[in-house]
Amino acid sequence: MKIGILKRLEKIFGDFYLALILIFLYAPILVMVVLSFNSSKSRTRWGGFTWQWYTQLFSSSMIMDAFKNTVIIALLSSIIASIIGTAAAIALNDMKKLPKSMLMGATSIPMLNADIVTGISLMLAFISFGISLGFKTVLVSHITFNIPYVILSVLPKLKKTSRYTYEAALDLGAGPLKAFFAVVFPDIFPGILSGFLLAFTMSLDDFIITHFTKGAGINTLSTLIYSEVRKGIKPSMYALSSIIFLVVLILLLITNFAPNINKVHKNTKIKGMR
Amino acid sequence: MNNFLSKIKSRKILVFPYVFWILGFTVVPLILIVIYGLTDKNGVLTFENITSMGTYEHMKALILSLLLSLISTLICLLLAYPLALILKKRGAGAGRFIVFIFVLPMWMNFLLRTLAWQTLLEKNGIINGILSLFTLPGIAVINTNYAIILGMVYNFLPFMVLPIYNVLVKIDDNVVNAARDLGASRRQTFFHILLPLSIPGIVSGITMVFVPALTTFVISNILGGAKILLIGNVIEQEFTRGSGWHLGAGLSLVMMVFIFISMALIAKYDSQEGRTF
Repeated sequence: MKIGILKRLEKIFGDFYLALILIFLYAPILVMVVLSFNSSKSRTRWGGFTWQWYTQLFSSSMIMDAFKNTVIIALLSSIIASIIGTAAAIALNDMKKLPKSMLMGATSIPMLNADIVTGISLMLAFISFGISLGFKTVLVSHITFNIPYVILSVLPKLKKTSRYTYEAALDLGAGPLKAFFAVVFPDIFPGILSGFLLAFTMSLDDFIITHFTKGAGINTLSTLIYSEVRKGIKPSMYALSSIIFLVVLILLLITNFAPNINKVHKNTKIKGMR
Repeated sequence: MNNFLSKIKSRKILVFPYVFWILGFTVVPLILIVIYGLTDKNGVLTFENITSMGTYEHMKALILSLLLSLISTLICLLLAYPLALILKKRGAGAGRFIVFIFVLPMWMNFLLRTLAWQTLLEKNGIINGILSLFTLPGIAVINTNYAIILGMVYNFLPFMVLPIYNVLVKIDDNVVNAARDLGASRRQTFFHILLPLSIPGIVSGITMVFVPALTTFVISNILGGAKILLIGNVIEQEFTRGSGWHLGAGLSLVMMVFIFISMALIAKYDSQEGRTF
């Protein structure tokens, strides 16, 4: 009897604690969504409901350009990182212990290092070699920090595949490319996909490395928001982030709760916020 | 020729683009920081950039950064551990959904989330508005160290929760039950079973929070006003406002000492676990 009460108390306490943390985590997001419908420009006064920030959002060429840059850089960098990273993972899986552990050590540098250091080191490199900062340098930087996520997502899948099936395919007359795509690729595809998705979101969310490698002429959403911090953020930015939040929510609900999609990226999504 | 072909067939050549990339865009840039940090504008070797960390202004920023990031890391740990335990107890199905809910805010642009805290904490902000509705005294947190700590805890809490949760769910319930059956109290079970087994998660959580907190310049800029300078702000300003790249690189070298310490910690616990990633 006493134990029953204790258990129930523990459950109530647990629920209470979860609720508190949830409020802490979601309060700012709620604020943002509410402000995106606030017709008063003041961030602290409610002036009535409006859609005007949403219409303004789509007519602002500055925001739309930044949005386009963000998506293009995220897409390109994660695709290129997936190709280089998958190729590297296949080779790494075959390597002897010493060169492999050296390369894996180097792979973990961008993940463990502080973003500000990665950012300034890349900036110094581009400038030292006379490459002017712009779209290209941001793209290269994003590929650099994206590759490790792909490698770390693909390697565990490769470890599970048997190399004999691949060799059997070769013995049966398939070329290396055909053998790879017919035998190995289907096995490791979930790993590549989750690496790609992880890289894509890391790229979308990055501010610090972009800040140092972008130069003057180009903005992503993050850098545009940062440049507005001092002047005061435009409410259309809240509208945009509310839309992004909704889209991400829907995508995540589909990928998380649809069967058949593995959850590697949930475990690797540890370093973020960059 | 034959030898060459068999080498091509070996899948190892697939690693070349990556090796090229890592050398060009990770290793060389890091070496450049060292070179810039140890030279002056004329390319002459000097230790001035490094020793300038000892000046009052820079030392103050470094110590404040260390202090704020250590406090934030500790708060994150104290908040995250019970949270991860509760999530573990809720079982796989519910746990998965709740973890999803805790990760979701991370997908929102972190600048915007931090800005939203500014709106909440401002002098005439939402929290003070709510407090005044109940005729309670307002809080003056914005532009203080407390606001920066809050921003760090808010932004980096998920980094602490996830690794701890991931080690906790892997602990077999039977181990815990066995300890209880053998007469261990709840407290003993926690300190002798759960806590030691979850140390790898705690260590990686600590580094995941400590490194970005120590080096941030965004959170201090948005929530601390322009007056509070952390070491990240000092370095950022050297690179983007002035042209003090040499000084900025020197200061980052000193800052990197602390990053290396936490990297070494991670490596130690990783190898103890017997896994190579």
